[in-house]
Amino acid sequence: MTLPTTLKHVASEAQFSEILNENENVMICCGRMGPMCVPVYAAMEELQDEYTNVEFRDMAFDSPDARVIRELPECRGFMGLPFTVYFKNGKVAAATSSIQSKEQITTILDREFK
Amino acid sequence: MSQNQYDVIILGGGPAGLTAGIYLARAKSNVLILDTGTPGGQMILTYEIANYPGFESISGYQLSSNMAKQAKSFGCTIKSNVKISEINFGKDIHEIALENGDTYSAPALILATGGRSRMLNVPGETEYKGRGISYCATCDGDFFQDKEIIVVGGGNSALEEAVSLTKYASKVTILHEFDHFQAFEQAVREAKEHPKINFIMESHITGFYGDENLRKVQYKNLKTGVESELSIDGAFIFIGYEANTSAFKDSDVKLNQWNEIITDEKLQTNIPGVFAAGDCRTKQFRQITTAVADGTVAALNALNYVREKK
Ligand SMILES: Cc1cc2nc3c(=O)[nH]c(=O)nc-3n(C[C@H](O)[C@H](O)[C@H](O)COP(=O)(O)OP(=O)(O)OC[C@H]3O[C@@H](n4cnc5c(N)ncnc54)[C@H](O)[C@@H]3O)c2cc1C
Repeated sequence: MTLPTTLKHVASEAQFSEILNENENVMICCGRMGPMCVPVYAAMEELQDEYTNVEFRDMAFDSPDARVIRELPECRGFMGLPFTVYFKNGKVAAATSSIQSKEQITTILDREFK
Repeated sequence: MSQNQYDVIILGGGPAGLTAGIYLARAKSNVLILDTGTPGGQMILTYEIANYPGFESISGYQLSSNMAKQAKSFGCTIKSNVKISEINFGKDIHEIALENGDTYSAPALILATGGRSRMLNVPGETEYKGRGISYCATCDGDFFQDKEIIVVGGGNSALEEAVSLTKYASKVTILHEFDHFQAFEQAVREAKEHPKINFIMESHITGFYGDENLRKVQYKNLKTGVESELSIDGAFIFIGYEANTSAFKDSDVKLNQWNEIITDEKLQTNIPGVFAAGDCRTKQFRQITTAVADGTVAALNALNYVREKK
């Protein structure tokens, strides 16, 4: 189960581990195709060319495998879609709940991945 | 820093701006769309659009990408997530400066900046967004299973969403600033008759408080001035829409009392060569179809204006 966006997806738990193993900097936005989620995907689509050191992915919130994001301790207390998680060397560097502007996203990317 | 001249610059890439872009680029005008957010505008906030002719049903995401692709295919340049620092409405030429130092100029402008949901602007609102505060019941409703929530607002969206949230929440309190609702009778009746819904009228929220998550709201009765608290797990805010016209507030562009841009039949504002289209202007019905119609009218009149100037 994947989202109908033009971003690359995380389709399974196995793929999630693979991506984290193979990339130093990873941003995953886990959501649905709703009004709070789509602007985040759109910002990520634009940022892909600028931040070539970051692997940008989305993941379908309702797929069972998305528990790898949903059940992260850093996402405890999150009550708004999407759950966006930034990983540095496989570890959570930052996580946000609900819609974020491109500016809020680049602030985190610059802080964690530069 | 670069200086760029265009025939027409469009501010805003929602359906109004994108349609204007399609018409102008197709007429071989040199046209630029500057959007401070994501092209598509409010369309990308819509899961499913079922009243746009030609599509029985289409997602807002898809319709947005289709329109943007179509505009680009005719040669329209679209710049998104730009930060505008200054807009100079001139006599013959209008100039727009971005924070990165780039400037753009054109003899005609189309203002198509649309609208957005109102925020309450009270303490805690930004802090608890995504941790109890939501603006979308369809998105976040299921996080509030068996929880007590408050819905702020008194229009159709507030009352309809309050009823739909009873699927999840154990108790829904609707808080509204007036002693009556502005929603359709049917929506009011449905909310009033619902056993899980109760009401706090003539009150304003004064703040949101909690720990990691939202735990309570503070509100003030507008008649008595008495402040009270209510323990809750969530708050959904539906207090209507406003036009995105703050960028023009201190300019010569004429706005009405709700800060909507005033236009004539050609969709020209009080400034020659400056047109307005879509939700940002004063109009009766705010829909994608009416935004698209506005975009067409503004584009064709801007085209005439530029041709006459040349
Ligand atoms: C939840 C929801 C559901 C809806 N459902 C439907 C529906 O089913 N059918 C229907 O017909 N209509 C629907 N509408 C209404 C419809 O989306 C709007 O009427 C329409 O999008 C208005 O188009 P617009 O181009 O005028 O403005 P918008 O769509 O608001 O686009 C304006 C654009 O301008 C940009 N902008 C803002 N300020 C500036 C600035 N200063 N400079 C440059 N750019 C700026 C914004 O980022 C945005 O991209 C819905 C609206 C909402 C919120």
